[in-house]
Amino acid sequence: MSTLNRRVLPGFGLGLSTTILYLSLLVLLPLAACLWKAAELSPAEFWAAVWTPRAVAAYKLTFVASLLAALVNVVVGSIVGWTLVRYDFPFKRLIDALVDVPFALPTAVAGLVYASLYVSDGWLGQFLTPLGIQGAYSRFGIVLVLIFTGFPFVVRTIQPVLEDLDAETEEAAANLGADRWQTFTRVILPTIIPPALTGFTLAFARAIGEYGSVVFISSNKQFETEIAPMLIFARLEAYEYREAAAVASVLLGFSFLMLIFINVLERWSQRHEN
Amino acid sequence: MLYRLLFLLIVVYLISAAVWVVRAGIVRDGNPNDLLNVACDPTRELWRELNANFQEHREQRTGKRPSIRQSHGGSSSQARAVIDGLDGDVVTLAMFPDTDAIRKAGLIAPNWQAQLPNRSLPFVSTIVFVVRKENPKNIRDWCDLARPDIATITPNPKTSGNGKWSFLALWGAVTQRGGSDDDAIEYVRKVYSQTPVLDTSARASTMTFAQKKIGDVHLTWENEAHLEVQEAGGALEIVYPPISVLAEPHVAVVDRVVDRKGTRATAEAYLKYLYTEEAQEIIASHHYRPTNADVAARTAGLFPKIELFPITKLAKDWGEIQERFFAEGAIYDRISGSGVKR
Amino acid sequence: MRIDAEFVGAASVSDRSNTPSLADARGSVRSRTDPAWVRYSLIGFTVGTVALLILVPLISVFAQAFSKGMLAYWKSLADDSDTMHSMFLTLMVAPLAVAINTVFGIAAAYSIARFRFPGRAILTTLIDLPFSVSPVVAGLIFVLLFGLQSTAGTWLKAHGYQIIFAPPGLVLATAFVTFPFVARELIPVMESQGADEEIAARSMGANGWQMFWRITVPNIKWGLIYGVILCNARAMGEFGAIFVVSGRIGGATDTMPLRVEKLIQEYNQQAAFAVASVLTLLSLITLLLKVVVERKLRAEKTRPGD
Repeated sequence: MSTLNRRVLPGFGLGLSTTILYLSLLVLLPLAACLWKAAELSPAEFWAAVWTPRAVAAYKLTFVASLLAALVNVVVGSIVGWTLVRYDFPFKRLIDALVDVPFALPTAVAGLVYASLYVSDGWLGQFLTPLGIQGAYSRFGIVLVLIFTGFPFVVRTIQPVLEDLDAETEEAAANLGADRWQTFTRVILPTIIPPALTGFTLAFARAIGEYGSVVFISSNKQFETEIAPMLIFARLEAYEYREAAAVASVLLGFSFLMLIFINVLERWSQRHEN
Repeated sequence: MLYRLLFLLIVVYLISAAVWVVRAGIVRDGNPNDLLNVACDPTRELWRELNANFQEHREQRTGKRPSIRQSHGGSSSQARAVIDGLDGDVVTLAMFPDTDAIRKAGLIAPNWQAQLPNRSLPFVSTIVFVVRKENPKNIRDWCDLARPDIATITPNPKTSGNGKWSFLALWGAVTQRGGSDDDAIEYVRKVYSQTPVLDTSARASTMTFAQKKIGDVHLTWENEAHLEVQEAGGALEIVYPPISVLAEPHVAVVDRVVDRKGTRATAEAYLKYLYTEEAQEIIASHHYRPTNADVAARTAGLFPKIELFPITKLAKDWGEIQERFFAEGAIYDRISGSGVKR
Repeated sequence: MRIDAEFVGAASVSDRSNTPSLADARGSVRSRTDPAWVRYSLIGFTVGTVALLILVPLISVFAQAFSKGMLAYWKSLADDSDTMHSMFLTLMVAPLAVAINTVFGIAAAYSIARFRFPGRAILTTLIDLPFSVSPVVAGLIFVLLFGLQSTAGTWLKAHGYQIIFAPPGLVLATAFVTFPFVARELIPVMESQGADEEIAARSMGANGWQMFWRITVPNIKWGLIYGVILCNARAMGEFGAIFVVSGRIGGATDTMPLRVEKLIQEYNQQAAFAVASVLTLLSLITLLLKVVVERKLRAEKTRPGD
């Protein structure tokens, strides 16, 4: 098809060169600048910049908080996705539309409002304080806001798959004597695991990079509530460019790996469906 | 037809936006009456009032109303920003080394301190404590900060003027009362190991202490302390330790920028204005210690007595202070590297 | 079905291609096969979660913005010149970044969806890269590239131009962060439509641009609008990257999200929420447009051109 298209359809040269030019100028060149700057450090200095106890604590927090949030989102998102596809109830359309709010709402607003809600005398925080849970300005707050930002991912990956599920398959299983629970675990669950996994990875990747909302709700305590991007920012403010670039490179490396993983997962998911 | 019109409108909008953005990047010799004041963090409210009054004052004198924009951030960060291209006409930072760094980069002429009265100091200040209501941990003096149950909030000395002044106050509190250098090192090491958050600027630290309610004591500028307590509506109080550092925030014109932009006349008038009685009164009302002797005498009631030691008691000059305490690998780096998990 | 990051809604729409009556019938059959207690508890859980996670915060934004009354709300927006400027700046920077990314998105989608070439998969992956980069890193790289520490920056400054600490830098940082949105939306749309109409147009003698404007663009118009809407929502709300490149000059380089942060730091909670409420309103409008466009998009994907 490709050779046929290239002879018939114009614009391949123009389109591709525009694409590559723009990609290089806006994305690849700046990223290269970052790696270049980090490379100004000797290996020992680089290691010293990216592997301090404070940095390690920040990586751990970023990773664990994102993981927790993504896990919660898988469970909650699956239930919500299921309910939205399978059942009818008043205001269903509204609820369905609201699911997308975290995509559209600016991260700074999300962080700000969550902080104000969960502070000890906030609308919601006042219920947590007697339980001894500190809502805002704590790790709890960080995970909470990451759950918010990642919420739509799993819901939106599961919904189309559930909708496509054939009624006949379920009915056939029922006719063959399977009870509802068996039908669920043997027929339905295997179909939603791939999209749930994809949604989980997307939510996880998003949470790892999240800055705007976390910075409002975190107390930025070193070793406790300081996320990795904050480290970069602190270095930047102190004009330690090379060290900032070094930590940024570590994060970039991780993002790139996640990206590849997501793409592989998508392809596996597609094959699994067909 | 309607679509085409809409499309056209959008294209026109985008082109105008593009033109505006591209032009906004031109380093223009703009209006000689427009100033950018690159300031340290906690002075926001002060400059708001001073700027409004200066605009009146200047308009009466020259018939033209200047416009003054502000940029605020940690003092050292702001200094680097100016060196990196932030086009400030004047800099009103927190301490000498920050302003002098801009001189070293060639943007301010040498001998800038002598250009204005009192070594270019329209006001001075100091570092005091802010504590929770009724001072539950009974923090009265510097030695209390070393107690293991006390968490201190102060900004990062690497980026903030407040941060450096706090460090020097901590250090001087030991050496000025007979302690040796080793005692001082142990003391600051202790205090910083008990600092849970090191924000990049003074106001950020205030937010951490007052809003996020982290820490037992907040080391900050005197004026910031008063503002903080006022905004807290009773939840916080100020404690004046018996001794503290004399904090001197210099002001200066950025020669290279004003000569290029043609704003020298306005910029110099702006800084001179700070020494007028009117301005000094405003400064005192915001709890900065005015250097005009008359105004200082009149407003003495606003400023509790406290023994203030200048930095010359800690070292020969600022060069030595930088080298001893804040340079790479110097005392601060050494003690903060040993930050332990709480 | 291609699952896209960040706006998986598109994917979900593409497959909600059942006619309404069949879906209802299915739904009602299934709702009879789950026991009532299961149904009610799951529905309750769903409504409760969405209410707690999303609805309550939305209401809170407006409650806090109006906490001092309508007049104070209006004043905190209209009387504050720095706030007005931040709104102006957001309306200059965001649409521009979106426009650049749209042009690119169309070019990329056309090249990738219509042709096969070596490195196609790598190109697609690279386009996704900005999604996974943290906004602070996004800001940092432009400071490294165009700040006075770099050769490019010094050269530009010497010739009287500034990118960092000025609006051009804001546009670049925003464009980087929202880079993939339009492209990733258009690629599946164009792929599912196929090249038939365009080939037909060519065989009838249309030249390249005629084919493009008369056939290609109208066919993808809803996918394009959808991508633009999402791109714009993200662009207006961007915080981290802008925070790093802007220099935080009130009245000059503060966009709306930055203004919110500054107002909080200046003890003005109500005004901060007022600006936040404007941003929230914009995002709710975005959602509304998205829902409307989704329906059209569904049709576009299954029946190319009309």
